[in-house]
Amino acid sequence: MGASNPVAPKALTIGEGGLALALAAAALVCLVGAAKAQDAPFAFHAYLGAAASVAAVFAIFNRYFSRGPQLPPQQIGGKPNYQLGPIKLATALGVFWGIAGFLVGLWLALELAWPALNLDFAFTNFGRLRPLHTSAVIFAFGGNVLIATSFYVVQKTGRTRIAGDLAPWFVVLGYNFFIVIAGTGYLLGVTQAKEYAEPEWYADLWLTIVWVVYLLVFLGTLMKRKEPHIFVANWFYLAFIVTIAVLHLGNNPAVPVSVFGSKSYVVWAGVQDAMFQWWYGHNAVGFFLTAGFLGIMYYFVPKRAERPIYSYRLSIVHFWALIFLYIWAGPHHLHYTALPDWAQTLGMTFSIMLWMPSWGGMVNGLMTLSGAWDKLRTDPVLRMLVVSVAFYGMATFEGPMMSIKVVNSLSHYTDWTIGHVHSGALGWVGFVSFGAVYCLVPWLWGRKQLYSLKLVNWHFWIASIGIVLYVSAMWVSGILQGLMWRAYTSLGFLEYSFIETVEAMHPFYVIRALGGALFLIGALIMAYNLWMTVRVGEAEAAAPRAALQPAE
Amino acid sequence: MSLWVRHQVLEKNSILLIIGILLVITIGGVVEIAPLFYLKSTIEKVEGMRPYTPLELAGRNIYVREGCYLCHSQMIRTTRDEVERYGHYSLAAESVYDHPFQWGSKRTGPDLARVGGKYSDEWQVAHLVDPRSLVPQSVMPGYPFLASTELEPESVAEHMRTNRVVGVPYGDDQIEHAVADLRAQANPDDPGAGAFQKRYPKALARNFDGNPKVTEMDALVAYLQMLGTLIDFKLYDDKANLR
Repeated sequence: MGASNPVAPKALTIGEGGLALALAAAALVCLVGAAKAQDAPFAFHAYLGAAASVAAVFAIFNRYFSRGPQLPPQQIGGKPNYQLGPIKLATALGVFWGIAGFLVGLWLALELAWPALNLDFAFTNFGRLRPLHTSAVIFAFGGNVLIATSFYVVQKTGRTRIAGDLAPWFVVLGYNFFIVIAGTGYLLGVTQAKEYAEPEWYADLWLTIVWVVYLLVFLGTLMKRKEPHIFVANWFYLAFIVTIAVLHLGNNPAVPVSVFGSKSYVVWAGVQDAMFQWWYGHNAVGFFLTAGFLGIMYYFVPKRAERPIYSYRLSIVHFWALIFLYIWAGPHHLHYTALPDWAQTLGMTFSIMLWMPSWGGMVNGLMTLSGAWDKLRTDPVLRMLVVSVAFYGMATFEGPMMSIKVVNSLSHYTDWTIGHVHSGALGWVGFVSFGAVYCLVPWLWGRKQLYSLKLVNWHFWIASIGIVLYVSAMWVSGILQGLMWRAYTSLGFLEYSFIETVEAMHPFYVIRALGGALFLIGALIMAYNLWMTVRVGEAEAAAPRAALQPAE
Repeated sequence: MSLWVRHQVLEKNSILLIIGILLVITIGGVVEIAPLFYLKSTIEKVEGMRPYTPLELAGRNIYVREGCYLCHSQMIRTTRDEVERYGHYSLAAESVYDHPFQWGSKRTGPDLARVGGKYSDEWQVAHLVDPRSLVPQSVMPGYPFLASTELEPESVAEHMRTNRVVGVPYGDDQIEHAVADLRAQANPDDPGAGAFQKRYPKALARNFDGNPKVTEMDALVAYLQMLGTLIDFKLYDDKANLR
């Protein structure tokens, strides 16, 4: 939006003025909300909203007074002038939220092993901390990594500066504000009680605004790209952003009891609500935790391995098949329930079919290393990326298997599900994110390399052992509990009371907590390594990096 | 022109790409969700189902607030062991007034779909305050604060009105007397007890936590004690919705 006339006096752009006005209005609305609040958490969130809006207005004017008459140029010396600020922030926040989320997860694991640790306060009890853990790792850690990498990849592969001036900042800051509202809400008992969609109506509305801006920024950058083709990774990012918007709107419509109160009632009820929830829930996995992170894989694995993507055609087939099939898979969370049988069977069938495109993606990622496998010996970052793809393959084999009705009759409601989720979350999402962040930080801060590859190696092995302990403990406990629930004596009576099956879980809960602790230690090593990379890393020589070749 | 060449149209046009994505992701959801709003088995009416009383609704909101659904399911599946352990498999009709549904996805603790009436009020209260005083191996958190937190009944009518907006058939009479009904259900000697019973036939009215004040514990226990008790399965015709 920069004016082209060099003699034009410095003036507020429409974006600056408009956003400042909108935020000032938001601050007013928040203050009215705080004054009329029906409950304490709503008042607290309204005050937070007002404070954040005022701070944002201040930041806009602060930037205005310190900037030159022109906005940063689109190009410098014929090369695109990439906007890295919001990416740096999202990367740093991603690491921060990741560690916070792993820590809460560890605490929850310890609560299950030693329940006295619940402390019996409302805000320390398992039921309130669990959504904090899931949202922190999925939406705060994963979300920030996705925003950071998508903003980076879409600029680089389009060889253009990101669309919008303040909009990318708005996306990063607005999204993280949503996280603060959601997380503090859980601790205060503000929840919709729909898994992975716990934030209440006002947080959902705010997220909708942020997400639409995210979509516009991403799409706007695609539209001003200098490359004829849209790079594969961007298809996945685009599918992730669009579909999450659809899912969010479908699952969350609710009527608040009062517009000045936190409580609302979702419009869906019973079996329809269940189907909406798991249509949403499974595709939060499919599009947030899979499609988005496949976007990461399609850029960072070829980049780090310095090889082209193995098969372009495979990526086309894999993309359309994946997004078409995933959306059907939700009912496998509802086997043998009051959901009609035909819907369960459809969900199961499509879940099994989903195995194929999932492994298509895995093959495409792994085979990208053709001719570069030796790098696994010397580059622990690439090893992390590759192992993440291997975990993706394992989790996407296990998932279809668990979606088969007879298997599900054993696995459902047990820790097997928790183990499955974590082999995907820790192994796939975690490792591919760590790999991407290890690549990104030196690039963003202009460092020659990471502070220490040795520490990456430590991170890799400690976290890997942690995952193995975690997942195998949950396999054993899940299958054991499932078998105990259905065990009969020779006289035809149920053999075990429920509490006997709870008691049998204890050793596995201890092992699981140990696995989680190792994973957390690995992440702390990463944070130290990244911090030192930025602080003392050797600056990169000014040599320009070759732009990624567009796929043909 | 091969398909791969045709596909380049999508690779070169972000708007076409986004339209393609939207089309592809819409199909599955529509096919699986839309029929649930008119199929007989998912919208069946079963004798005995009624909306929650004001006290039960308040209790349910505490159940939601504390995240009980993260460890307890309310959905008995159609397998032999579950039916023998927990009772008749859950019907769609039994959660028809549940905004949101609380079927759950994990059983760190047992299913609660039919927990109503299985334990005494005293047991429920003591167990919620300190689970390990009754079940030493339990890993459940304690909720002592519920017993000492008084319920704020004033807003319950607003809650019922909102429920009506989203489809729960509360009558004007029920909403008008919501606060009185809430107090009456928690106190058997309340002068409004008779009127309450008329508005909610067969609902349990008693002092659930033994404390003369109406606490959050009263509400939660009232909710737990009615779970799964509304339908009389001696009368339920499971063939009525077959076709």
